[in-house]
Amino acid sequence: MTVRSGSPAHDIAVIVNGTERRARVIPRLLLADVLREEWGLTGTHLGCEHGACGACTVLLDGEPTHSCLVFAVQADGGRVDTVEGLAGDGPGLHPLQEAFRTRHALQCGFCTPGILMTLVAYLRLHPAPSEPEIRETLSGNLCRCTGYQHIVQAALDAAATGRAAAASA
Amino acid sequence: MKFVGDRHLRKEDPRLLTGRGRYVGDIALPGMLHAALLRSPHAHARIHRVDAARARAHPGVVDVVSFADLGTVARALPIVPPHAELRGRNFAPLAGDRARYVGEPVAAVVAESRYAAEDARELLEVEYEPLPSAQTLSPGAPAVHEDIPDNLAGRVILARGDVEAALRAAPRVATLRLRIGRGGGQPMETRGLVADWNAALDQLTVWASSQVPHQIRQFVAELLDLAPHQVRVIAPDVGGGFGAKLIVYPEDVLIPFLARRLAHPVRWLEDRLEHMLAATQEREQEHEVTVGFDDTGRLLALRDRFVHDTGAYTPRGLVVPLLTASMLTGPYRIAAVESSFESRYTHRVPVTPYRGAGQPQAVFVIERVLDLVARETGRDRARVRLANLVRAEDMPWDTGLPNYRGSGHVVLDSGDLPSVLRRALESARYDALAAENAAARTQERLVGVGVACYIELTGVGPFESARVRVDAAGRITAWSGVTTQGQGLETTLAQVAADELGVTPGDVTVVAGDTAGVEHGIGSFASRAAVVGGNAVALAARDVHAKARLLAAGALGCAEADLEQAGAAFADRRRPERRTTFAELARLAGAATAALGVEPGLESTRFFQPADMTYSSGAHVALVEMDPLSAAVRILGYWISHDSGRLINPLIVEGQLQGAVALGIGSALLEEITYDETGQILAGSYMDYLLPTATDVPTMVIDHLETRSPLNPLGLKGVGESGTLPVAAVLASAIEDAVGPQGGRVTRMPLGPARLLDLLPPPVVK
Repeated sequence: MTVRSGSPAHDIAVIVNGTERRARVIPRLLLADVLREEWGLTGTHLGCEHGACGACTVLLDGEPTHSCLVFAVQADGGRVDTVEGLAGDGPGLHPLQEAFRTRHALQCGFCTPGILMTLVAYLRLHPAPSEPEIRETLSGNLCRCTGYQHIVQAALDAAATGRAAAASA
Repeated sequence: MKFVGDRHLRKEDPRLLTGRGRYVGDIALPGMLHAALLRSPHAHARIHRVDAARARAHPGVVDVVSFADLGTVARALPIVPPHAELRGRNFAPLAGDRARYVGEPVAAVVAESRYAAEDARELLEVEYEPLPSAQTLSPGAPAVHEDIPDNLAGRVILARGDVEAALRAAPRVATLRLRIGRGGGQPMETRGLVADWNAALDQLTVWASSQVPHQIRQFVAELLDLAPHQVRVIAPDVGGGFGAKLIVYPEDVLIPFLARRLAHPVRWLEDRLEHMLAATQEREQEHEVTVGFDDTGRLLALRDRFVHDTGAYTPRGLVVPLLTASMLTGPYRIAAVESSFESRYTHRVPVTPYRGAGQPQAVFVIERVLDLVARETGRDRARVRLANLVRAEDMPWDTGLPNYRGSGHVVLDSGDLPSVLRRALESARYDALAAENAAARTQERLVGVGVACYIELTGVGPFESARVRVDAAGRITAWSGVTTQGQGLETTLAQVAADELGVTPGDVTVVAGDTAGVEHGIGSFASRAAVVGGNAVALAARDVHAKARLLAAGALGCAEADLEQAGAAFADRRRPERRTTFAELARLAGAATAALGVEPGLESTRFFQPADMTYSSGAHVALVEMDPLSAAVRILGYWISHDSGRLINPLIVEGQLQGAVALGIGSALLEEITYDETGQILAGSYMDYLLPTATDVPTMVIDHLETRSPLNPLGLKGVGESGTLPVAAVLASAIEDAVGPQGGRVTRMPLGPARLLDLLPPPVVK
């Protein structure tokens, strides 16, 4: 994905999961492609490439964003968080990931990274969501395997875990 | 400690949750090139010329290939399975002088990046001569294949008894005309391939997002004129299949061909538009069904004639319509039955099985018939079903119709269908719901309850394979011929192996979907993987355990009866300080002489060849409310009683049922692939082909029965597709109940917004 077809190149620098990454990219290179192909962060998946399935959702400056609809150059100077950074440096899982495992909230796992990033951002702002609110939040993420029921339960569990942790802190 | 039956958490989850899964699009090899495919924009056209000069000149382009460049690979892929009545035609890796559906691959561009390949694709110049296309199932449509002028791919009649005489004798007779439209499996990961030719080894490695890697190996070897051992096919993490990855596609042969031709790794990833255009679809059929019954609602005779749209080719022969026809009577006792079909070619994407495979249509037809009979006789829908269901004491029940494989009749092996239905009714409080709905309707709310029963054919042969090995480090690995695309087989097969070996699932690594793991394998479809693959793993693990005990007794100088096992260690119970381990026994077996009395290696390869299919059963109840103005349907409640034999992992089974119901809701209310009169697809994106979201799918209440199958050692039945089968039927039943006698009748699926509006009762004039 280096320079081709006479396109001008741009040097970009992005803080990805807390670490600065650099690349020289053509203007139309998608954020998803630079993450996956240049930086090897293949946890972000492409399901539809037209902004409808949500599998490619990452956090761009904290906001859930379809990385298939954003050019890499638009992330220059910004911060991107992907599923690879969710659990931090430790060996364990993030509480939301843990809840997904306990509730069997994933099957093929392809949509899962986008759903995790969508929910992480939501739960940060809404620590005590109702089931309909969780379902509404998930309505931009397609999952073909689970029927969503276990995902909703996992999100509610993770919210409760988060509240308990906040109360004891 | 036994693990079969345990709600064991999945072994695959930690990697998938942290972004460390390895899907085909995640595989990047040094020097890898990228392919983009040019697809026919016409449903039917003669292809006169492909001019690649401008595309070849584009920066970064390495190669452009059309049919003329394929050499000996320029021939049709094989068709499986054969059938005496099939006039089968299959696609080649690229279209030759004729394109037969919008989306058929015509040429491939290979370049240094996907961006460059897609740019150059725009520069290809193809001279097409568009021709009239077959877009209806009616006779007289233009021929899809010149040598089959009537477009008839096959005509089959299945019968039990004298249906005409039984219809004449029946006190009552009624007829329904029903139509079902097209949809697709739509896995969230599209199809994709990476192929790598190793010139030093004369070997091809292919990573494919597929449900059938062994079949891809067979077809690639055949078309590329390689021996099977020269082709290794790996299905890595696969992001869903649902049938869309069940057949061997043109690309599955084309991309390996390009890798060998260019001596470079080549990757091709389907985009979603390509998936909508070129991944196989299913369900389109037109039925005319006539039922004879008595005043009590007892079914006496059933005759169904249907036309099946098979699309432009028949890569899976007559499997889909045969399944519909052979499963027509479902769980009901009917003395005289005739079920016949004509499968017709159209200039559309080929039709092959997707989740349910012809059976959702059969369930829709028979359940519509049951609702009709209930209405005509003034009886309750659930009670009419109870009066006609096969009873527990009837098992095994021979339906009298040949099964789709032609290996005998559809014979229900076991189950208690009336109990399943009763439990679903109790779970849903069916009788109370009916009263509550009647009260709600007086306030002009359109609330209705539906009920539907089904059986599912599962555990299809011919066989599945397993190799279980303990290596010299004590690692236990189980290779299986099945694949896993979300069903959790890494966990369930480990549970099975762990029980046989006396260890934990954490001790067993399952490798599925690699032709290098087991020489022979079939794959994952037809709700077969856990049933057939699970029993194969059990047999192989049982062998390994027996061998380990024999070796341990020899090593410890005791009788096998005196052995005690604790995990990977064996001890002589009389002298517990003397012990040995799986690792030591594997080293012993690795150097086995004739005197040791065993063949070398602490391992076993076994096959499970089921004598017959095993049938799961179930009943669903749904509560819906329709908006009296917009006709939008909301599912207020959903109850499932299901019997899929002994459960390996109830947590995973519940996930399979929930996902299958969600897919069924999509194909009943939201999803439809439609074409215009020239064969252009009218639903090419997720903006107009609507998959169910979290707000469309209700919370489901699930109840399990476990009637063990007598047909396999573990007593298993399949479940993966079951949940999908009755959804259209149960929603049709509920919606009809909601609109009441003044409303319309459901005779079509799916029910998009416009069709729902037509069902609304006339407004009450005040």
